[in-house]
Amino acid sequence: MSLTMLLQNIVNGFSLGSLYALIAIGYTMVYGILRLINFAHGEVFMLAPYFLFYSSMIFVLPWWLSAIIAIVLTALTGMLSERIAYKPLRDAPRISALISAIGVSFFLQNLAIVLFSGIPKSVHRPAFFSKLFQFGEIRIQSTLFASIGISIIVLSLLIYIVYKTKTGLAMRAISKDIETSRLMGVDVNKAISITFVIGSALAAVGGILWSLRFPQIFPTMGTIPGLKAFIAAVVGGIGSIPGAMLGGMLLGMSEILFVTFFPAISGYRDSFVFIILILILFLKPDGILGTKTQEKV
Amino acid sequence: MLKIEDLNVFYGGIHAIKGISFDVPKGKITTLIGANGAGKSTTLRAICSLVKTKTGKVLFEDKNITTLQTDDIVKLGVAMVPEGRRVFPNLTVQENLDLGAFTRDDKEGIAKDQDLFCELFPRLRERLWQKGGTLSGGEQQMLAVARGLMSRPKLLMLDEPSLGLAPLLVQEIIGVIQRISQEGITILLVEQNAFAALKISDYAYVLETGTLVLKGSGEELLNNKDVKKAYLGE
Repeated sequence: MSLTMLLQNIVNGFSLGSLYALIAIGYTMVYGILRLINFAHGEVFMLAPYFLFYSSMIFVLPWWLSAIIAIVLTALTGMLSERIAYKPLRDAPRISALISAIGVSFFLQNLAIVLFSGIPKSVHRPAFFSKLFQFGEIRIQSTLFASIGISIIVLSLLIYIVYKTKTGLAMRAISKDIETSRLMGVDVNKAISITFVIGSALAAVGGILWSLRFPQIFPTMGTIPGLKAFIAAVVGGIGSIPGAMLGGMLLGMSEILFVTFFPAISGYRDSFVFIILILILFLKPDGILGTKTQEKV
Repeated sequence: MLKIEDLNVFYGGIHAIKGISFDVPKGKITTLIGANGAGKSTTLRAICSLVKTKTGKVLFEDKNITTLQTDDIVKLGVAMVPEGRRVFPNLTVQENLDLGAFTRDDKEGIAKDQDLFCELFPRLRERLWQKGGTLSGGEQQMLAVARGLMSRPKLLMLDEPSLGLAPLLVQEIIGVIQRISQEGITILLVEQNAFAALKISDYAYVLETGTLVLKGSGEELLNNKDVKKAYLGE
């Protein structure tokens, strides 16, 4: 293994990790507030590249505009799914909302098959994202840099919202104590909708960047990245936003390095991720940055 | 200011509040006393819509607020300091106070009020950047009261503010309640510590298993034979 190849793979790992981080945030924010694992999150992620595909292909809009439209539509889908499928179950046992989430996941996936057909579609990659950068012997595709750069911008924005704005304060309060938040005059339903909008928008950014990296889209494309991002959220400590970022990075990096160092068994990359999950659950069940979970009565 | 008319609340299958009616007059301290499980907390929770009212009405300044959402009731000027303080342990004292002012937008007014309450509770000022969870019980109670006041309420409801506090702190908190009342804020107080509460109350009601059995001025109830026997341990 040459040093250049290693460097190339580290950039690659960062890039994949930043995508996992973007998706993992949605899981962790929703869990933090509703104690719900939103199994439909992977499907929300899948919808974004489709929205982008159709708005740029059928309506022939410029790429950046299509991307913005796709992010908005995906965020709306996420918000609507909460309004329709989870909100009526707010006071029901937690398992009901969980089953409802699995239902939403199946629904969106099958809806996508009906509307967009199950045949994979090739995504057009704008020239900007297919440039190759050459640093001495290292060659890196601009998509990788774009993923890292865009993720850093989006995640900084998220941190600003959560830790510096009133909305973020309300979200952090709700995650500890919904009832007292209500007593402070917080509109809990609105805050939960905002949480879904933010989580889904991040998943949409992740989905679009994903489709630039792996330029084929199909209705079940959200399953594996969704599952891995969920694992990333658990590894980092579910409910913790820095945890989801760290978990995503860690997972993406270990996956790429696994493939780099053991090319012969690279087909097992997905199982390797699950092994990491099992190890973490053994060693630190609350995740790396997780705090001891106090079960709410 | 606040008028409760024939309030009925069910908890699960239990008829917790059985048609009670009472008034909370403007600028006064009104107290509900009663044993554990009499329905005192449930009454407060029903007033601010944390539990659903089955039948009956809650009128605040002649406006029917029975079916409003909690956050809308807070916006009208009702604040509650919940039982067990419920300070946000993951947020700093400053952030807890900011949440108290969540319904307000006047930055200057908020800062001025915060200064005011920090004078009322000097220990909070020293701990503004500390996490709520690291405060002592008494400090948390002070924070909960200050947080409730930050919304500039017309009516402040306090649910068992003396619970779990040392006697000296009980006196302090009772004194604070009196001072808040002198500022013109109407108070509805729920207390198990009947003696301390009745002493500062203008009006008081005794609640027993979901019904009001006695009413009078604080002093009247302090001298009432049945109250003395049941709640004052004489």
